[in-house]
Amino acid sequence: MRSPLAAIFRRDLMLATRIGGGAMVGVVFFLAVVTIVPFGVGPDMNLLARIGPAILWIGALLATLLGLDRIFQADADDGSLDIMMMAETPLPLVIAAKAAAHWLATGLPLVAAAPLLGLFLNVPPEAMGAVALTLAAGTPALSLIGAVGAALAVSLRRGGLLMAILVLPLTIPVLIFGVAATTSVIVGPLPFGQPFAILLALSLMSLVLGPVAAAAALRFGLE
Amino acid sequence: MLRLIADALTCQRGGRVVFSDLSFTVTAGEAVQVTGPNGAGKSSLLRLIAGLVRAESGHLALEGGDPEARLSEQCHYCGHQDAFKGSLTVAENLSFWTDFLGGGGIAAPDAMERLGIGHLADLPAGYLSAGQRRRLALARLLTVSRPVWLLDEPTAALDVASQGVLTGIMAEHVAAGGIILAATHGPLGLPVRDLSLARTVATAPVAA
Repeated sequence: MRSPLAAIFRRDLMLATRIGGGAMVGVVFFLAVVTIVPFGVGPDMNLLARIGPAILWIGALLATLLGLDRIFQADADDGSLDIMMMAETPLPLVIAAKAAAHWLATGLPLVAAAPLLGLFLNVPPEAMGAVALTLAAGTPALSLIGAVGAALAVSLRRGGLLMAILVLPLTIPVLIFGVAATTSVIVGPLPFGQPFAILLALSLMSLVLGPVAAAAALRFGLE
Repeated sequence: MLRLIADALTCQRGGRVVFSDLSFTVTAGEAVQVTGPNGAGKSSLLRLIAGLVRAESGHLALEGGDPEARLSEQCHYCGHQDAFKGSLTVAENLSFWTDFLGGGGIAAPDAMERLGIGHLADLPAGYLSAGQRRRLALARLLTVSRPVWLLDEPTAALDVASQGVLTGIMAEHVAAGGIILAATHGPLGLPVRDLSLARTVATAPVAA
């Protein structure tokens, strides 16, 4: 007998890693985005090193959002969402468990892949750790903010495009402070700690607000 | 004594009144068959009781149930969709819902055996036939204990033998003091009270 939240976390993780799940899609997309940039920009090593962290962050952001609209849509399509909303377990906690599973399946592989892909972009070695660290701190916020958009997309019965439009503006602060913290390691002049602390604050804020907002959106979708 | 009381329920969907001023009471040990032509609001009524559709007006209450729990927490809802993931096995699907909903019923393997899908436990649910999926959905009724069962077309896609099993399961639930509301066109095979939702809402007869 497991707790309801552990059960849903485990189920979503299993679904993501099975055939048809989205766990590897994000990493492959990330790889694709990052590898084509040097071809487009050309062999200017200094330029690549300067924009490298930003490219890594933009790639990770888009890769996170790629499969995020399915986080509730799949459950809404097969009726699972109905039963989840009826259950005793508070909906925000269910959403938090689903977002946690989503992050573990798609966000964490991005964090692991980022230092390796940094090589393509001539990111200096000392910044590799910073990229991974900022992604680890920032991608949970992306999953949680994305959950709100995914919930809205379900209740408004519109697909992924609407979600991207709704969610992208909300993720911009995460992107700005993630890149700022990483660039500060390479060129300065800001200290690393300041933007990184704000990034952590953004993640914690979305941990509190995201599930509640997503639950409200799902309940609003009841007709 | 468990009593499900609906008082002057009105349901609107998409701006259209599906039914209005519907009142009825279901007491423990009773099975109610919700009947009516297509579009009369059978599914809407079940979803409304399950808390998945808002009532435009009226009141719903479950007397004698768990006072701490909302009505929807005390209901099983078996809709047209089976709520199973095709890439998980039959056993994984069932044990997930059992864990998520808190269990309290019989063990998952026993429930699958009862419904004749025990030999399919390790098969991904995506390969099941419509009738087998239905039986898997019904297995949830056994592994998780809830006093009120809301069944939308429970016999759809079931073969004759499985319909017999379902009848037995429902009879046991009713005998144990449970409540069943089933929306169906066919006979359920056990003594039921008829709750007819006529298409013209003004004349909807109300079973007391």
